[in-house]
Amino acid sequence: MSKTLFDKIWDKHVVTTMQDGTTLLYIDRHLVHEVTSPQAFEGLRLTGRKVRRPDLSFATMDHNVPTDDRSVIKDPISAAQVEALRKNCRDFGITLYDLDSDKQGIVHIIGPELGITLPGLTMVCGDSHTSTHGAFGTLAFGIGTSEVEHVLATQTLRQKKPKSFKVEFTGKLKPGATAKDMILKLIGVIGTAGGTGYVIEYCGEAIRALSMEGRMTICNMSIEAGARAGLIAPDETTFAYIADGEKPFRPTGEAWERSMAYWKSLPTDEGAVFDREITIRADEIAPQVTWGTSPGMVTDVSGHVPEPDQVPGYSRKDVEQALEYMGLTPGTPMTEVRPDTVFIGSCTNARIEDLRTISKLIKGRKKAESVRVIVVPGSMQVRRQAESEGIDAIFKDFGAEWRMAGCSMCLGMNPDQLTPGERAASTSNRNFEGRQGKGGRTHLVSPEMAAAAAVEGHFVDIRTWAPYREYLAGASA
Amino acid sequence: MEAFTNHRGLIATLDRANVDTDAIIPKQFLKSIKRTGFGESLFFDWRYLVDGTPNPDFEMNAPHFEGASILVTRNNFGCGSSREHAVWAVMQYGLRAVIAPRKEIGGSVIPAFADIFRNNSVKNGLLTVELSEEEVDLIFDQVARFQNVEATIDLAEQRVVLHLDEEIAFPFEIDPVVKNHLLHGLDDIALTLEHVGSIDGFEGRHDVQMPA
Ligand code: SF4
Repeated sequence: MSKTLFDKIWDKHVVTTMQDGTTLLYIDRHLVHEVTSPQAFEGLRLTGRKVRRPDLSFATMDHNVPTDDRSVIKDPISAAQVEALRKNCRDFGITLYDLDSDKQGIVHIIGPELGITLPGLTMVCGDSHTSTHGAFGTLAFGIGTSEVEHVLATQTLRQKKPKSFKVEFTGKLKPGATAKDMILKLIGVIGTAGGTGYVIEYCGEAIRALSMEGRMTICNMSIEAGARAGLIAPDETTFAYIADGEKPFRPTGEAWERSMAYWKSLPTDEGAVFDREITIRADEIAPQVTWGTSPGMVTDVSGHVPEPDQVPGYSRKDVEQALEYMGLTPGTPMTEVRPDTVFIGSCTNARIEDLRTISKLIKGRKKAESVRVIVVPGSMQVRRQAESEGIDAIFKDFGAEWRMAGCSMCLGMNPDQLTPGERAASTSNRNFEGRQGKGGRTHLVSPEMAAAAAVEGHFVDIRTWAPYREYLAGASA
Repeated sequence: MEAFTNHRGLIATLDRANVDTDAIIPKQFLKSIKRTGFGESLFFDWRYLVDGTPNPDFEMNAPHFEGASILVTRNNFGCGSSREHAVWAVMQYGLRAVIAPRKEIGGSVIPAFADIFRNNSVKNGLLTVELSEEEVDLIFDQVARFQNVEATIDLAEQRVVLHLDEEIAFPFEIDPVVKNHLLHGLDDIALTLEHVGSIDGFEGRHDVQMPA
């Protein structure tokens, strides 16, 4: 029978199916961070249970950590949480990439960097953006703390098999549109609950054309479409990424050959059936920018702040509440909206490719007077790579703050926060009320759009923006 | 975990769709390494003014909602992050069940609850009840009219009963696995460990590097 990529990985990991129909699914990799794990370790202690496979569990701290001076964490409660992770990893024998590690970073950025994330595996983390790893053809779910404890104790997850959803992007992206715009567009079309109950497989010409970084951006935001996991079939782009650089957990020698044979067997078979399918024309996607407090409240940059009764999927009241919070008036062109802060970071868009692209757009320019620009590389490896290419200097000359790695203003758990009423252009993934700081107003955009906003002090349609055209000319030359 | 069989309590309403986990429990409260103490901070940014006093404009702060144990709200409740702290906060505030509607627009359905939130709820004994939009609208109307409205939720019978002069009953659907779990307050880890032999056997034949 024809199988989907999802079916193939699922079937390989079924330990047993219980009487009530629930599957016990084996988990190959478990990523752990400081915020969602302390209560799980505590649970193990209380019941006298052990971590079944410490060798398959990997931890780092990212959410709470300062991104400026990290010699000391000033907030005692944050410090205690970070310290708890150290103790838990020590007590239970789990590898930890601590603050002083040159491999520390956002959990979803370091997994792929270290070769922990590989095609055809199952993976979990107590974090909804675990979907990111699906870019490698890895079945990766975000889970809650009770499930973290369950995986630590049993290396399995109790799951009812989700339904499958095929999202095909046909044609090629036009200049100015990026992976971020593809996923924002999809969320705009199917809504923030459109993927609830499904595992999405992204496919089509425009997906195949993306780099691994772009694919990770798309899978990352599957959760913003309501889906717990997103998948992209592994191909030559995937294999080249895994083979590249130093990745301590990548298979080598004979294991590499066998892995390749397995990885190549993973793509969805011809004729496999999905529970739901949708096609989106990539060549019609414009640069996107969100205007509201839900990722589905999104429009083309050439569009306007909408009228409250003209937003499919949201009630008049939803939209009115969002616009009031955002301090926006219907009919305002998006290009007249002026961010106070530009945040470049997060597990969605803080990889080396993102920083390279932005640096080319801003090189030799100065940020607009009115904005502050914060650049938080996704990992210490990304930071070091950028520094070796002189990208940090470009950002500093531009007037941006160049930080250490962490989640930072993506969720504002550390001191990097918006103040009430402050407006941000952000390369992150959530524009919820208060997400980046109480009263803060978030507009989600691609790294390219964020760069343009930082230069001009307002949103810009990059398709007609001179520096972007120069960049494109340079890229094709 | 706590079992859920039958519960009678006061209804509070929250008339907002897409209530996300950042709204349910803002990040500054996620720094705790404990499982308790989150009830005070439920809906923090909405519930309190900047000076820390209760926000009189926040719907759930209405005096007639004091002591409520059933929350009735709108579609896609609990979207966003996987933080189980959201469920802990809801329960520690005193809520035992959340009722929300699935919403149908143009052939597609927006579920009442986001996946991970619903999943986390089951693990903690919080009942999530999905009703139709009309049914939830009706509850909102009745609560707006009479303010103090109690309901009984009977999980075994899969029924919500509004205690008005004339009682109104709403049957609801629930996954039988979830139902069984909640009725008996089952401990997942203990259940799974009954299969430890299967896990051992699986590990013996499964290569975690390359599960071919
Ligand atoms: S960068 Fe943001 S979305 Fe990603 S793991 Fe950190 S807090 Fe979550």
